Amino acid sequence: MSINSLQERPSREEATVTQEEAREAVFRTEGLNLWYGNTQALHNIELDQRANEVTAIIGPSGCGKSTYIKTLNRMVQMNPIVKVTGKVYYRDQNIFDRKFPVEELRTRVGMVFQKPNPFPKTIFENVAYGPKIHGIRNKKLLAEIVEESLKGAAIWEEVKDRLQENAFGLSGGQQQRLCIARCLAIEPDVILMDEPTSALDPKSTLKVEELVQQLKSKYSIMIVTHNMQQAARISDRTAFFLNGEVIEFDETDKIFSNPSDKRTEDYITGRFG
Amino acid sequence: MAQSVSEMIREKRKSSKRQKLEKLVPGLLFAAASVSVLTTVGILLTLVVETFMFFTEVPFSQFFFSTEMQPLNRSEPTFSILPLLSATLLSTVIAMLVAIPIGLTTAVYLSEYATDRARRVLKPIVEVLAGIPTIVYGFFAFTFVTPVLQNIIPILDRTNILSPGIVMGIMIIPMVASLSEDALSSVPLSMREGAMAFGATKFETTVRVVIPAAISGIIASFVLGISRAIGETMIVTIASGSNKNLTFDITQSMQTMTAYIVEVTSGDAGAGTTAYYSLYAVAITLFVFTLAMNMLAKYISKRYREEY
Repeated sequence: MSINSLQERPSREEATVTQEEAREAVFRTEGLNLWYGNTQALHNIELDQRANEVTAIIGPSGCGKSTYIKTLNRMVQMNPIVKVTGKVYYRDQNIFDRKFPVEELRTRVGMVFQKPNPFPKTIFENVAYGPKIHGIRNKKLLAEIVEESLKGAAIWEEVKDRLQENAFGLSGGQQQRLCIARCLAIEPDVILMDEPTSALDPKSTLKVEELVQQLKSKYSIMIVTHNMQQAARISDRTAFFLNGEVIEFDETDKIFSNPSDKRTEDYITGRFG
Repeated sequence: MAQSVSEMIREKRKSSKRQKLEKLVPGLLFAAASVSVLTTVGILLTLVVETFMFFTEVPFSQFFFSTEMQPLNRSEPTFSILPLLSATLLSTVIAMLVAIPIGLTTAVYLSEYATDRARRVLKPIVEVLAGIPTIVYGFFAFTFVTPVLQNIIPILDRTNILSPGIVMGIMIIPMVASLSEDALSSVPLSMREGAMAFGATKFETTVRVVIPAAISGIIASFVLGISRAIGETMIVTIASGSNKNLTFDITQSMQTMTAYIVEVTSGDAGAGTTAYYSLYAVAITLFVFTLAMNMLAKYISKRYREEY
């Protein structure tokens, strides 16, 4: 599939978002602290994710960026030793509130992982799995959802003739886009991406990056990345994490051209990390 | 140092003792491996030869299609595998009805739900069940389970196939649980995360993602359990009696293939008699069944293995 045809995908109407909507915070993090046992991994995080924007989170290994993104859909709490204080609001609902079921949060907030993790099923079943679990049985509707999701993840052309083949037969890059399609199938509001391209070759990386650009017309995206060029290329705003703290959070252009903190500058110029 | 290291190494390389040992090793290893191969071949040969002797005296059709089994009838002994086969199949079915649900549930609990601490305590306890000698299980079936069942089902015979079937199932639980748990635990965490990340509950993740991904290992554990139930001897010998009864009434006394072999070998069938040869015919039937089950287990775990 050519790169040009990929770029045609988002329609003009959807891509244009009014200023009002753009300012709306989908996720608001207030004073978030997180411990693994006795080790504090996140310190007093304050961060906003705005609607229809791409927020990149950069920082050296072990700085807490993956931990932070996994906190937003509460996957981090699958580890029983994790303790959390502070507040994270998803559209004005505190996600740690007992009255807010974690499953509901996760149907609104999709996630794409570092290593592609398709199920050992057919391509079709992989995408249909989410809707099926949430009770959609209608075959025709499922087929539509699968097609739409695969198109949305810019992989439809490559797999439309082999939907009944095992997903493991796909290349790593295709698997990752399949995982994105699987995520789109339940129509989330936010997509969290935890280093989605770190296991991919440069060409597949480029495709995923272009996809992220397209998806932001419909979704809000937060992406953790090791790759600073990637952050600069695809994000609207960038947060720089260091030792579990947000050192700087600003518009991507500003972070990369004129960072206000010396440590940010050192990191993006490659002086450490 | 008088010698350099490389010289020392070269000298050692040259030593003939080392070379000889090196040549001897494959032979020794092969000899060890042959022991079990030769034993199998030997047993098979004996079985086949003696079974052949049996069929020179008893027609094939009588053994496989008639329904009367009276090996020690002096005037007119008859031989039929069907009563023994029905007992073996019934006890196996009962055992698996107990072992599969409880074993699989245990496996799911241990691998998906139990905390590390609970698992560390529970798994060894479950595995202790596997270490109990089968004679103890037989005794337990006869002196405890049967009387308890008789309170519920008054028509239950003192010896019957139901009670040993249930106890056999209990005996097989740890096998099914342990093998299924291995299969479930080897499903990568990333797959569970994938399902939970789009809002599947823990139970949905387990039922729709983890179990299907581990299905080959789970089914293989069932088949191995069946094989174990077919070959189980002590429990049925003690608790199901020795009536060679072609029936599907589980409250009655029946004799399995294995229990028949025990009875005849410990009884008065002299070497060379037809009853003596019938042992081999029954044994080879048993062998064919367990072999088929083991091969089926292998085939399933290969055929349905999910690559992840």
